Amino acid sequence: MLTIENLHAEVEDKGILKGIDLDVKAGEIHAIMGPNGSGKSTLSSVIAGNEGYEVTQGNILFRGEEINDMSPEERAHKGIFLSFQYPVEIPGVSVTNFIKTALNAQRKASGKEDMPAGEMLKKIREKSSMLSIDSKFLSRSLNQGFSGGEKKRNEIFQMAMMEPQLAILDETDSGLDIDALKIVADGVNALRTDENATIVITHYQRLLEYIVPDFVHVLYDGKIVKSGTKELAKELEAKGYDWIKQEVTD
Amino acid sequence: MDLKDKLLDSHIAFEEELGPKDSIQKLRNQALKTFEAKGFPSKKLEAWKYTSLNSLIQDDYLLFPKSEKAVALNEIKHVFLYEVDTYKVVFIDGIHSPFLSDTTHDGLDVCLLSAALSKPKYSELIKQYFCSVADKEENMTALNTSYAREGAYIYIPPSVVAEKPIEIIHLSTGDQGPVWLQPRNLIVVDTNAQVQIVERHQSLLEHQVVTNSVTELIAHQEALVDYYKIQNDLDSASLIDNTYIAQDKNSHVSVHTFSFGGKITRNNLNFYQRGEHINSTLKGITLLQGKQHVDHNTLVHHAQPNCESHQDYKGIFSDRSIGVFNGKILVDKIAQKTNAFQQNNNVILNDKAKVNTKPQLEIFADDVRCSHGCTIGQLDEEALFYLRSRGIPKKEAKGLMTYAFANNVLQSVQIPTLKKRINKLIANKLGVNLGFDL
Repeated sequence: MLTIENLHAEVEDKGILKGIDLDVKAGEIHAIMGPNGSGKSTLSSVIAGNEGYEVTQGNILFRGEEINDMSPEERAHKGIFLSFQYPVEIPGVSVTNFIKTALNAQRKASGKEDMPAGEMLKKIREKSSMLSIDSKFLSRSLNQGFSGGEKKRNEIFQMAMMEPQLAILDETDSGLDIDALKIVADGVNALRTDENATIVITHYQRLLEYIVPDFVHVLYDGKIVKSGTKELAKELEAKGYDWIKQEVTD
Repeated sequence: MDLKDKLLDSHIAFEEELGPKDSIQKLRNQALKTFEAKGFPSKKLEAWKYTSLNSLIQDDYLLFPKSEKAVALNEIKHVFLYEVDTYKVVFIDGIHSPFLSDTTHDGLDVCLLSAALSKPKYSELIKQYFCSVADKEENMTALNTSYAREGAYIYIPPSVVAEKPIEIIHLSTGDQGPVWLQPRNLIVVDTNAQVQIVERHQSLLEHQVVTNSVTELIAHQEALVDYYKIQNDLDSASLIDNTYIAQDKNSHVSVHTFSFGGKITRNNLNFYQRGEHINSTLKGITLLQGKQHVDHNTLVHHAQPNCESHQDYKGIFSDRSIGVFNGKILVDKIAQKTNAFQQNNNVILNDKAKVNTKPQLEIFADDVRCSHGCTIGQLDEEALFYLRSRGIPKKEAKGLMTYAFANNVLQSVQIPTLKKRINKLIANKLGVNLGFDL
């Protein structure tokens, strides 16, 4: 589904990604772990098309198609979704109205009419109850005054509504207490099919107890320096990142 | 003949046409002398540094448009808040339109200044209030006063709550070539009374029209006044709005100014606090494109202790539009415990647009809280990325962000149908379908 080949990216002439290779197939969950500053968030931003980063080398292929030059909205229309570490506050636009706007923009891009209001409402009810989101929350201004947990839950709610092919969860566990973490993880698991794929970006192993990855990759200094199964995550949890750094230097 | 000479020369004819002397003739003549001495404001004046009236004073204007043109209601329905019942004082080319108006003397007065000036029963009120707040030395105010005869006259007696909003609507038809209009409004809200007012100037056709308007508003003790100015005129229309507000103790007055159109718009908005525990609120959204120019020149004079003022102006500028904000807060020595807040935030959507913003604080008291801030920036790229990553195209994403930026100014609009209307106007101006009912 997603193939990344020798990806180099920089921001303001500073190289951040220095040759990433990654292959994610439908039905798989990949975890990308790594110490702070290793380029995890940059990788997710670059896949989603953030124009603040310049891809200087390499390719990103999504379902066989090169997407390097596509705008973020085009990538979203193709089925890529990024759950943000720091979702943006939009005063005056309710969660419901925002998701309606996004979903209908998505439909328009594939030549479909707006979703009928009744159908939209039904879908909103269904997905919000799955994530234990009450209706009051849906009428609040998007992310404004939301707690860290509410923001993340709202991201997963948007993901549930958009039903992407590829979901990238950037530090979705940060700011979540254990109950919220379970709800979010249950939501993500419920959305899994053989047709879609998930990339989980995280610093800690904690989330991976609930969203169990098929593969774990360790990102360090802009490169994937180690790949393995979920056992690798446990090893990192027990030993920290220093031994990886040591291995790389050696 | 230049416009100033024409205005001076035409005054005799104007006074003759008015007929028998009325109570403000002396004031008019004094004002004419002031205008004769001062003329039009030039950019040399600090307060007019960024706004030139030169392009407006070249033409030959009709000063006294005559006949009232019949305007079909359905042509102009959108100018009114037709969804709700309102009192209306409507003028077409400066002349009252009884057909479009809905005035009253039932429990409160919503009528014409010309009527108030000519009827003996109003003479005491006119004597007490007319030109009691306006700055007699200000160029454009003096010019307006020298020709003052028509406009809205509103009197809300003590403890009366006006049950319907009052609309003051000035239409110009473009029927008679370039016109120069000088409406004069007098609004007195007596002790513990409440009123909502919506003022709008609208051209019906592209044509040169300059409106030099003066409004005096007196809010007595405990009065509650909510005033909305809708400035969404065609690009051929200019407006110089001079509004003077005096407040007595415990009164609350708020003015929202929505500047979405017009060639040159200048808002001179002045608040004078004359008692304790007064609350003055000044809010505005300026949303410009093309070569539109809007200048907000505000003054809040804190002259008594324990009062508040809140200013929050948001500006959004595209193309070659120009915005000016000059906000003066004056705190007298005795005005201790003043709480004055001023904020002016601007977003520039492309690099040809320009904003000049200048806070001006003159504080002579030592125990006050005054805060001010102004920003000029662009839309946050990271936030735009967030919206686009949800599949929202760039243009709509910018529209949503801009809408969100201006939104908190709308939250204090107390007339729901007006709020909805302004929301729609903003969406239209931003050229986006926000995809939902606002």
